[in-house]
Amino acid sequence: MSLLPLMKLRLATPSVLVDVGRVSDLAYVNDAGDHIAIGALTRHRELETSDLLARECGVLQAVAAEVGDNQVRHRGTIGGSTAHGDPASDLPAVLLALDATCVVRGPSGERMIPAAEFFLGFLETALAPDELLVEIRVPKPGATGYSYQKFNRRAQDWAIVGALAVRNGTTRVALVNMGSRPIRASGVEEALASGSSAAEAAERAAEGTEAPSDLNATPAYREHLARVLVRRALEAAGA
Amino acid sequence: MSITVNGHEQRHDVEPRTLLVQFLRESCDLTGTKVGCDTSSCGACTVLVDGESVKACTMLAAQADGSGVTTIEGLATNGELHAVQRAFTEHHGLQCGYCTAGMVLAAVSFLDENPNPTEAEVRLGLEGNLCRCTGYHNIVQAVLAAAGSK
Repeated sequence: MSLLPLMKLRLATPSVLVDVGRVSDLAYVNDAGDHIAIGALTRHRELETSDLLARECGVLQAVAAEVGDNQVRHRGTIGGSTAHGDPASDLPAVLLALDATCVVRGPSGERMIPAAEFFLGFLETALAPDELLVEIRVPKPGATGYSYQKFNRRAQDWAIVGALAVRNGTTRVALVNMGSRPIRASGVEEALASGSSAAEAAERAAEGTEAPSDLNATPAYREHLARVLVRRALEAAGA
Repeated sequence: MSITVNGHEQRHDVEPRTLLVQFLRESCDLTGTKVGCDTSSCGACTVLVDGESVKACTMLAAQADGSGVTTIEGLATNGELHAVQRAFTEHHGLQCGYCTAGMVLAAVSFLDENPNPTEAEVRLGLEGNLCRCTGYHNIVQAVLAAAGSK
């Protein structure tokens, strides 16, 4: 869903374009024992309505429902959203917070890339030019508490800033659109681990971030949003 | 390219770069589907592909090859307006009309997935469609009325 707009803006000018949208073998949500396996071509709408995710990984379902709008969710896929590497995308925050694994396949075989090593920079990922992202693996059990706080001006827009808190023994916090790639708020996580309250920990939300500047917000405003949204997410997640 | 549009097969030779909305408007001469922002934001180009709402400016015609597409021209049956079209008329869910085709198709798809929505769900369900005239009030009333009329 993002490639065609990029081509219209001349930000992407591929000489050859192969549509993988009909590779239906790559659209599935399966219980694989110690993890949930999600085919790269699984559409957001399928994530939103998956009974398995409702039972095992509600956070992924909840965040998938926040992507774009109905029309976008009917066509867009988790693999497309991940491989696109846009720091303003919602789903990569979930993959980071849950320590998901990206399964990629190429001519030299298959390799596993932890989500923390997958996103390299703006629209840049660890995928080699001849590799295809085929599956996302989300470890079980799912979170005991979570909250995604997405801030934007119009309902369907990209997040100006987003903050995801996931509780699962420890508390993990991921930030959307606070740098050239989706990141974990490690300062917040450290503060929580050493006993700080949610409000105290949230004060460290902007540490280590490099918030972008655009017509929606200055970096300073984004840093303020990050602190507020992280606090709200932590409180709603019960951290 | 062969796409079944409103129940009729449309077979046309088009450039690979052709967008679905261009295919509908220029190859099929079905100009009810509008191009608004051309960047997947406004929803004016919304049509149904195999029953689900999509933005036809952000899909290549090639991606719909072999699919069934419904546009605003195909909603009425035997001259009888679709319930959503009728509700938009009765509740005056439009002013200039430019967003209307997209709004109606988005509403049809939304009601298919959520037949008994609350007002808040209707507003959220139409988040992908922008209207610069109405302030949405009558559009939302129309969609709620259409849901109630089934």
